[in-house]
Amino acid sequence: MSALSASIIAACARALAGPSARWINCRPSTRQRVYFANHTSHLDFVVLWSVLPKRVRALTRPVAAKDYWDSGLRKRIAVNAFNAVLVERNAKSGDGDHVAAARNTLEMLLQAVGTENSLIVFPEGTRGDGLQVGPFKSGIYYLWSRRPDVQFVPVYLSNLNRILPKGEFLPVPVISRVTFGAPLRLDENETKESFLTKAHAAVCALRDA
Amino acid sequence: MNFKLDHQMFLVLNVVIGGLVVASLVGFILSRRVKSEDGRAAIDNLNARIRAWWIMIGIFSISFLIGPAGSMLLFAFISLLALREYVSLISTTRADHRTLFWSFFVFTPLQYWFWYESWYGLAIILIPVYAFLFVPIRLVLAGDTTGFLDRAARIQWGLMVCVYCISYAPALLTLNIPGYQKQDAKLLLFLVIVVQLSDVFQYIWGKLLGKRKIAPTISPNKTWEGFVGGVATSVALGTALWWMTPFSPLQALVMSLAIALMGFAGGLTMSAIKRDRGVKDFGNAIEGHGGILDRMDSICFSAPLFFHLTRWIFVSQHPLWFR
Repeated sequence: MSALSASIIAACARALAGPSARWINCRPSTRQRVYFANHTSHLDFVVLWSVLPKRVRALTRPVAAKDYWDSGLRKRIAVNAFNAVLVERNAKSGDGDHVAAARNTLEMLLQAVGTENSLIVFPEGTRGDGLQVGPFKSGIYYLWSRRPDVQFVPVYLSNLNRILPKGEFLPVPVISRVTFGAPLRLDENETKESFLTKAHAAVCALRDA
Repeated sequence: MNFKLDHQMFLVLNVVIGGLVVASLVGFILSRRVKSEDGRAAIDNLNARIRAWWIMIGIFSISFLIGPAGSMLLFAFISLLALREYVSLISTTRADHRTLFWSFFVFTPLQYWFWYESWYGLAIILIPVYAFLFVPIRLVLAGDTTGFLDRAARIQWGLMVCVYCISYAPALLTLNIPGYQKQDAKLLLFLVIVVQLSDVFQYIWGKLLGKRKIAPTISPNKTWEGFVGGVATSVALGTALWWMTPFSPLQALVMSLAIALMGFAGGLTMSAIKRDRGVKDFGNAIEGHGGILDRMDSICFSAPLFFHLTRWIFVSQHPLWFR
């Protein structure tokens, strides 16, 4: 049932966003991956998911913000249809529970990856204006440090900010493009800063590719 | 709006399909004969185009046989896809969002609905008057003045070309020419055949004989040989179709010439936009052809002229002509 409704929603998103997928130095694969992309629109994870091959889709779970996607119709779309992992993003730094909350989120993600799943994440943590890719939050680094065996695949989503930008509720059917890049090549002892710099640069490089 | 299928229409559709069968056979034979690398690429593109023609003619014929509603819906959908390719290619800003929403989901459906209801007076001014004024007003309300005139003009131009101009093709079904009642559908068929034959024969003559470039800065593949050959061939074939129109053979010749020349001008103008934006095609919706707008560019420019020439002479029977 959930697979069917996900397919229907994905078909609608494809009709609206007309995405074409490009794979640069990367092939679609069912091996475990974390797709990390720039974030400009609520449509992002659906469109990214919709251009994956069917077998890959079945194994790929989006990571979405709990504060937005955890109620009513949104919850039905994210959780029931796409099997999304909902995470807290509002843990205040300085708050005593901050570290505990972040650790809890990481455990949820690790559990979601498991032995065969892939994830779609948006490391900016919030939607940008589509002109610049914002700085990445460090969660993706901690995910890698616990699961270095998983491929980290950069993805650039073009034009989604023109279809349904932040603050709009009516879409305009502009043609979009999803560009997948080569998985990050990382050293064993990569620091947090160098990891985030490499990851951010990899996404930005796909913008003009 | 009146609409009746008759034997002339079926005859022409059958001839078109026959022509396509011949083209497919030629493409098949060429694909077995040509061995060189360059030749192969050209033949593969040719065969991709022919395959796409089968699909396009299939869709067109089905919508055509459904009746006026089918044709209106088909062209409305084509307008939406064309406008989408256009908007995707030009740059728009965040402040344009709601104006674009109006363009896609209010003005485009209204335009086709007015034609469907045969509201001629409203259909011909909806976009040149109402949308023309609405677009800058809505942009002003969005509050961003950066590049204001550019942004307004881009959206107005897109609506005019992709929606208003294309809508003149199915609008032919509303003409209701005295002595030619319930046969208007054949005018649409005539327009589409002449315009597309002109495109196809410009391509063929250009490939066979093309040497002198006609517009090297705009469209490097277009040649004088292709232009003259394509226009001459389509005008000859258009004239030969006079019996399915309300025109005399001479009038059919003049109409075909007007259609072919405007079609050529349309192709060139839309190429200028593509050049400016640094792309070869508007999209990749149709295999071998590029986008919807790459196939429709000639209709955008020829349909309004053909409609108004026909209406002026045969419907309003203007005294200048019938003195």
